[in-house]
Amino acid sequence: MMMRYILWRIAAMIPTLLIISALIFTIIELPPGDYFESYISELQAQGEGVDMQEIEELRAQYGFDKPPILRYFHWVGGMLTGDFGYSFEYQLPVNEVVGDRLWLTILVSFCTILVTWLVAFPIGIYSATHQYSWGDYGLTFLGLLGIAIPNFTLALILMYFANIWFGISIGHLMDQKFLGEPMSWEKAKSILEHLWIPVIIVGTAGTAGMIRRLRANLLDELQKQYVVTARAKGLHPFRALIKYPLRMSLNFFVADIGSILPQIISGAEITAIVLSLETTGPMLIKALQSQDMYLAGSFLMFLAFLTVIGMLISDIALAFLDPRIRLQGGSAK
Amino acid sequence: MTSSPLPESGAPLAHFVSTAPFDPYALKEMTPAQIRVNSASQLRLMWWKFKRHKLALASGIFLAVLYLMILVSEFLAPYNLHSRNVDFIHAPPQGIHLFHDGTFVGPFVYGREMTLDMDTLRRVYTEKPDDIEPLRFFCSGDPYRFWGLFDASTHFVCPAKDGQFFLLGTDRLGRDVLSRIIYGARISLTIGLLGITVSFILGIVIGGLAGYHGGIFDLVAQRIIEVLQSIPSIPLWMALAAIMPVTWSPILIYLGITLILGLLDWTGLARAVRSKLLSLREEDYVLAAQLMGAKSSRIIGRHLVPGFMSHLIATATISIPGMILGETALSFLGLGLRPPITSWGILLTEARSVSVIAFYPWLLFPTIPVILVILAFNFLGDGLRDAADPYK
Repeated sequence: MMMRYILWRIAAMIPTLLIISALIFTIIELPPGDYFESYISELQAQGEGVDMQEIEELRAQYGFDKPPILRYFHWVGGMLTGDFGYSFEYQLPVNEVVGDRLWLTILVSFCTILVTWLVAFPIGIYSATHQYSWGDYGLTFLGLLGIAIPNFTLALILMYFANIWFGISIGHLMDQKFLGEPMSWEKAKSILEHLWIPVIIVGTAGTAGMIRRLRANLLDELQKQYVVTARAKGLHPFRALIKYPLRMSLNFFVADIGSILPQIISGAEITAIVLSLETTGPMLIKALQSQDMYLAGSFLMFLAFLTVIGMLISDIALAFLDPRIRLQGGSAK
Repeated sequence: MTSSPLPESGAPLAHFVSTAPFDPYALKEMTPAQIRVNSASQLRLMWWKFKRHKLALASGIFLAVLYLMILVSEFLAPYNLHSRNVDFIHAPPQGIHLFHDGTFVGPFVYGREMTLDMDTLRRVYTEKPDDIEPLRFFCSGDPYRFWGLFDASTHFVCPAKDGQFFLLGTDRLGRDVLSRIIYGARISLTIGLLGITVSFILGIVIGGLAGYHGGIFDLVAQRIIEVLQSIPSIPLWMALAAIMPVTWSPILIYLGITLILGLLDWTGLARAVRSKLLSLREEDYVLAAQLMGAKSSRIIGRHLVPGFMSHLIATATISIPGMILGETALSFLGLGLRPPITSWGILLTEARSVSVIAFYPWLLFPTIPVILVILAFNFLGDGLRDAADPYK
């Protein structure tokens, strides 16, 4: 049963990814002209000669002379075999340009989710069990503040205070000397030292949303008859909370990853640009600005892929937790 | 045997007859307050319920005042959006004083003198304690064209003649930050409203068709919604914003940005509409309308949607903050609006690096209205959502 559910869920992922890829391809195809045109005009502006021969060759090599639909299949087909195309800006295959960045993006997102959970879970439970208390109001307000402060301002302010109080510069994700070096203990340590700032910044917004939803969910659950019965029979309030309502809201907790993951990745991109982290953010914005379409497209595709996979994992975890979902099979959600 | 509350056995029971006139409906009669509640219209009930949510009420009033303010930005701002004060570049905020040497003067600021610190090459502004510059109210200052219709120069407050009044400091071109925030509100606040209009229309049409007709259209719409919700919005916004041609005029870019924000935001609304319609379309009054030959557009628009409009408005209110934040982020990254159109995000681009914040922290002031507006919309949305179903 479980196996069938997982297989069904993975199969359902494929059309989603196909639609996403078509959407992203359309977006990066939309602007008039292509990278070569802006490249040629840039060269001409600088007064340099343009080797049209070479450009035409490049154009043919990457299929820019073919109709868009063929190029789309070429792009998707390439991605399936691990070839993400060619970055014109860096004059390197996208795979090489990207390097560690994908993994670091995953690392930042993953740590943020963990922190979000660790913070939101106790606070959400507290807020729900102490509804309308000062603690509830205070924490809810703090959470809302987390939503309201734009990520980038928070990043700037934290950067400033970290500079003043700890005398450290918190931009980047690692010490600059480790850039481009293979992974080592030193490098891992350096990354961990830098990681907490982006995690805090990105986490604030997601945490607030999660607290609110967890609180609402647990409140619904706590008002149900079975909790009243359990309390009436003399069960200790703590046990009456832990035994059933909490387990019910745990399901929701896992399922909620679907709604916070896109938010976290969005936030991570902006924060990364402000803090110039070695993740996909800064490179994505540069690629978008210079119409480096394969690079931008691959980044967008990767980010979408990351969310889709995250949702897949949360759905599967949910199916383990909640038998109702695996029994219903396809109609879940 | 002492007296007991019970009558003695066999004795006749005490008899009592009420002299009040007999009214068999007395029990069903309601107090005037109850009548008021029971006969109140839905809108009135919602208002009563909404009023109880004090924070939401305050937020609503706050937002209403802000939206009224953007109608008269020119009048409220002490300076014009683009007026530059070359002598006061990066001037820090000035405090308003009331007393000078223990005597009451009324609101005034001290004049300032700029010197260049030759070591750090920074401008240093020192207050001249004997130079009192009283503020003028309802005065004539920078000339402007009100709404582009007629010329005027009346401001709510302006500096003394040849004086200065920078309550929140100036930026790198010597432009007054406060005035720019007031003008920026125009763009930042309307972008959320326009964006939500786009997403509202899309959400109702797509969600309505999907929920009412079901079938293949529903399937396709569901998939699209799922896909759009699984793509992180900011990178997608960035991509869409980046493809807008550089040749577009700033006003076209502004419309483009609102369209982009709306295009990706309708999914939540469409879902709400769809799930509501799925249950409502089985109601008898829908069948009646169908039998009378109403077209589906009429049934959806005339009979179904008004039934849960309040829910939709609440949902929409909650998604406005996301749009305002999105625009701010896009503009901050340089992908959104372009000067001369000025939004709070554009203002924040001035505070892009740590060194700017260290030297000129007042350039971060535009964050405060952003935070307040986002909070207010959140509270208002919460209140509206609670009030949306007054019969619960």
